[in-house]
Amino acid sequence: MFKNITRRASTFAAIAAAGLLAINVQAAEPIRIGSFLSVTGPASFLGDPELKTLEMYVEKINADGGVLGRQLELIHYDDAGNASKARNFASRLIRSDRVDIIVGGSTTGATMAAVPMVEQAGVPFISLAGAVVITNPVKKWVFKTPQTDRMAAERVLNDMKARGLTKVGLISGTGGFGSSGREQTLAAAKEMGGIEIVADETYGGSDTDMTAQLTNIRGAEGVQTILNFGFGQGPAIVTRNYAQLGIELPFYQSHGVASDGFLELAGSSADGLRLPASPLLVPDSLPESDPQKPVVEAYKSEYEARWNAKVSTFGAYAYDGLMLAVEAIEKAGTTDKAAVRDALETIQGHVGVTGTFNMSADDHNGLQADSFRILEVQDGGWNLIN
Amino acid sequence: MFSEFLQYLFTGITIGATYALIALGFTLIYNASHVINFAQGEFLMIGGMATVSLTAMGVPMLLAIVLAVVLAGVLGIALQRLAIAPARNADVVTLIIITIGASIFIRGLAQLVWGKEYHVMPNFSSDEPIQIFGAVLNTQSLWVLGVGAVLVAVLVYFFTRTLTGKAILATSMNKDAARLVGIRTQVVLMLAFMVSALLGSIAGIVVAPITFTSYDIGIILGLKGFVAAAIGGLGSGVGAVVGGLALGVVEAMAAGYLSSDYKDAVAFSMILVVLFFMPRGLFGAKIVERV
Repeated sequence: MFKNITRRASTFAAIAAAGLLAINVQAAEPIRIGSFLSVTGPASFLGDPELKTLEMYVEKINADGGVLGRQLELIHYDDAGNASKARNFASRLIRSDRVDIIVGGSTTGATMAAVPMVEQAGVPFISLAGAVVITNPVKKWVFKTPQTDRMAAERVLNDMKARGLTKVGLISGTGGFGSSGREQTLAAAKEMGGIEIVADETYGGSDTDMTAQLTNIRGAEGVQTILNFGFGQGPAIVTRNYAQLGIELPFYQSHGVASDGFLELAGSSADGLRLPASPLLVPDSLPESDPQKPVVEAYKSEYEARWNAKVSTFGAYAYDGLMLAVEAIEKAGTTDKAAVRDALETIQGHVGVTGTFNMSADDHNGLQADSFRILEVQDGGWNLIN
Repeated sequence: MFSEFLQYLFTGITIGATYALIALGFTLIYNASHVINFAQGEFLMIGGMATVSLTAMGVPMLLAIVLAVVLAGVLGIALQRLAIAPARNADVVTLIIITIGASIFIRGLAQLVWGKEYHVMPNFSSDEPIQIFGAVLNTQSLWVLGVGAVLVAVLVYFFTRTLTGKAILATSMNKDAARLVGIRTQVVLMLAFMVSALLGSIAGIVVAPITFTSYDIGIILGLKGFVAAAIGGLGSGVGAVVGGLALGVVEAMAAGYLSSDYKDAVAFSMILVVLFFMPRGLFGAKIVERV
């Protein structure tokens, strides 16, 4: 009898212990952050720094004790810049990896391929791609960190207006980035008023000479300034042709060439041109009063120390995406997907590397055009104008 | 008005001279073997990229250029020896496909060795452009035109005055007959690949200051060169030069006067129009079918 009782008690204790253990296991269950990035392939210049950024900051957050007392677990796939692969990986993240939130999508194509999946499954998704279509119209579960090309266009046109330049000659690449930029520039000019596009020229992605187009723009009635929206080596050739033709008009480029590689290609002919860019290019010139200064400086030095490579603005999109996800989870106090989504939508004054995010129900990007800084090239370096 | 026209013309002639040099490379190999060598653009890339990377390593510019041209020549020989010669009994279409494979291979190798970035090469002479009647001419354009003219003259001399050149021509006309009179046709073929690689690499070097250079620059320039060669009539040296210049000028005029959007469309429609009315190209040889 007594033996029996003790046996029962011990069984009971064992069950209780197992139950306790189970609770413990549940508490230690990591928060699963899913990601699909273009780490290899033609868009690897985006995906590579993005993955490096996610990896190093997940490590860092875990070393500092995690989020809500739980560790973060990064589950990532390489879509190689292929939209249909991105779709498959998004589906795998949602269905078999059961992630709590997705931070990824290096290109607009990859992002848009994944959007129907996340919308249907109801998983918060922070995209790292540029185009305006991602968050406009607003999709319930989709957010994004980079500024849109529309903001770049507005920022440039505003700077032109401030300098009294109202008649603009536009030249753009025919690639995805250039043609979307062209459309947004035309739309922004129409909406803002007081600014007129007097010439509208294009060039192909592998063209090697744009003097004919520039000659045309120079001949346009009353043209006061020229804007080039493009990506890759094209804008560098435009810049050189500009200098060779001896065009004296103020010259603007887009954020597509805001990198040191562009300065190298364009050389001294880039002197004096202006473009909208991330503050990450000029951390030292930011005024002490700028709230972004410490964030930008910390990201730059930590990234460069860890990877021994130059920091890129694309990696910063991933940094902002991860930090927004962390803030939303902390704010929600849970990883419940609907609660995290609601928390994301109410984030205000989140200071990131790219800009200060103020999310709302009808703005899932949360950035303003002035998060772009206008830089001027002087003596082969970047110079902060405003 | 006139200054604009002149500007489009300068632009067209500069880029057209580049196309012409590439087209000549196609012509050379086509003449020797009836093979269209789609790795021609890659020789162009090797010339530019090797020069840039050698100068970056501290080699003086002139020496770098010579080494790059030599490298391309060796590559041309290797292409013929390692890829074309083993398949010597295959028909022409197979050989053409082999050159496509070789071009992808060379491009991949270049990407591994030199990376994917674009590189700059400084102008050979002054950066200050020349003003003519209100139009500007880049000094590098003069280099492209000058070097192009010299190369054409040398080629003409080579084919009409030297025994080796005549041997290549003989091989192209009738391989069996050439072999009967003691011409070693495989050596001739190797020679054709080498000369064509030298030509391509020199073209790649003189245009690099204008176009920049990268591992994949050969794709589109090679394609345009082929279009130029086809317009001029495959196998005709004069045709290659005229075809190249015509293509460049038409492109620039279309960009200037029509719309920059349709520039490439106009250029590529040109090949349709020309081939429709003159199936052998502007200067193509009349070939009589033997019955």
